[in-house]
Amino acid sequence: MIQFFLKRLIQSLVTLAFLATATFFLLRLAPGGPFDGEKIWPAEIQANIEAKYGLNKPLTTQFFSWANDVAHGDLRESFHYIGTPVTEIIRDATLPSLQLGFLALLISLTLGLILGVLSAWKRGTFWDFSAMFIAICGITLPSYLIGTLLVLLFSNYLGILPPALWEEKASMVLPVITLAVRPLAIIARMTRTTLLEILHSDYIRTAYSKGLSDSKVLFKHALKNALIPIITLLGPITASLITGSYVVETVFQIPGLGQYFITSVVNRDYPLVMGMTLLFGIILIICNLLVDLAYSWIDPRIRTEAKK
Amino acid sequence: MNLFRSKLFKNKRFIFSALILGVLCVLALGAPFFAPFDYDAVSVGPNLSPPIKGFIMGTDVLGRDLYSRILYGARLSLAVGFCTAIFALVMGTVTGAIAGYFGGKWDKILMSIVDVFYILPMLLLAILFTLLVGRGFFGIFLAIGATTWVTQARLVRALVMQAREQPYVEAGRAIGLTHFQIIFKHILPNLMGPMIVSLTFQIPNNILTESFLSFVGLGLQPPYSSWGTLANEGFRGVQSYPHLMLFPGLALFITMLAFHFLGDALRDVLDPKSSVGSSIGS
Repeated sequence: MIQFFLKRLIQSLVTLAFLATATFFLLRLAPGGPFDGEKIWPAEIQANIEAKYGLNKPLTTQFFSWANDVAHGDLRESFHYIGTPVTEIIRDATLPSLQLGFLALLISLTLGLILGVLSAWKRGTFWDFSAMFIAICGITLPSYLIGTLLVLLFSNYLGILPPALWEEKASMVLPVITLAVRPLAIIARMTRTTLLEILHSDYIRTAYSKGLSDSKVLFKHALKNALIPIITLLGPITASLITGSYVVETVFQIPGLGQYFITSVVNRDYPLVMGMTLLFGIILIICNLLVDLAYSWIDPRIRTEAKK
Repeated sequence: MNLFRSKLFKNKRFIFSALILGVLCVLALGAPFFAPFDYDAVSVGPNLSPPIKGFIMGTDVLGRDLYSRILYGARLSLAVGFCTAIFALVMGTVTGAIAGYFGGKWDKILMSIVDVFYILPMLLLAILFTLLVGRGFFGIFLAIGATTWVTQARLVRALVMQAREQPYVEAGRAIGLTHFQIIFKHILPNLMGPMIVSLTFQIPNNILTESFLSFVGLGLQPPYSSWGTLANEGFRGVQSYPHLMLFPGLALFITMLAFHFLGDALRDVLDPKSSVGSSIGS
């Protein structure tokens, strides 16, 4: 287990290093710089600014000096929000994104499981049909359309919920729903398919023939095994909820990671872009790692195979 | 193959979705013919008009006909979806097949490359590529292509690893076929089913991704009129002129729905055992 963990850790560090290097140089290849504005500075001032931030040195020197700082836990200061450390901006932006992502995950997991179990259990009935109708809409409706429709209905027409921002609790309702719909639909469909397969297997027939009740068979025998594929889905879903909420953040004007990421690249705010990239990479790596761990914990067969 | 065909044509969802997509493709390809106006022709009607006679989907702030813009937008959105999916199919299949068939060192090297791409945030790639090659079709194509081929590579690798142990591959080796012949003439044709199914789910996912990127202002720029770009333009005034956002969104929704049903139907017929298609997208 420790060996497995160490191996994954080294692998992740190499991936992160590659990600950072690639981003650093690609970003510099792009035309434009952090201090190009509408106003054209006199050449001396431009040179002074560049000297202050070390932008006049060769690219490789800049890269290694940045990497050295990062290795010492310093992500430097933002170019755009002058004087503000990147760590501080990331901390402030992470909070709304994490809250948004976590709440959406909670809702999509609970409701998704309920809908999936319901439609598998009542297969072919009205319940099955409506649950799967919701699921199809959730997968195929673009989230900006869902968000806009919700705002038009609940904020403009009914006037009961705020249309944007991330302040009071009421303002969280619409963005969380918007973000939760797609993963909810995916989880519901996955649950239904796996559960249907399991309900037709031999050991379920055995459980019935022992005289167990419907609910006991469903919750004690079937659902437990149906969870495995859903847990594998949770990794990518969690990662995409945290790093991929940029559309929802745009619709609802939430100052989260996605918003800052987009503006930082547009502003050529090099330190902030690099900090954000590292953060996104780490989040994705951790999610993948957790899935692998959960996998081997639930299904012992995978554990023994990994040992071989 | 005939068995598949007769099964497919009995499948109502397949016929329904294929019909919608067929109409859509014809409308998109024949956009100059079907659209009443050019996509960038300004002041052809009143400004910001809701749907009226002559302008069935209304007009935008510059008096451009929304219906024409959506038809031309179908070209862009579908082209992005198809091109990126085919790119992912070719790249992913070659990489996955080599990694899965040869295993060992090849597998390790190729799969670590795949893992790196898997970690790259799509948003970052989209931004970087559009900065490098401009906010046109090519930038978007590179960004989506570069992040989606890895999923295909993983799928093909897993399938090829299974197929490698099958007797027909051993038989191929025994009669002295080259590795190239075994992979491309024997293994891959046998995996057509799952690969086609994954392609039909990849296309709508990529169309959706393009529209997301364009919606947040990172994709195609006006006067181009992909559905995401149109939704982005419409979003700014959505409270007063909801039609500018609803129609592009609706066009996207119908397309997604059709692809989805098509994928489900194809999976039922071609690849009943798999669960491909529960992919996430962003």
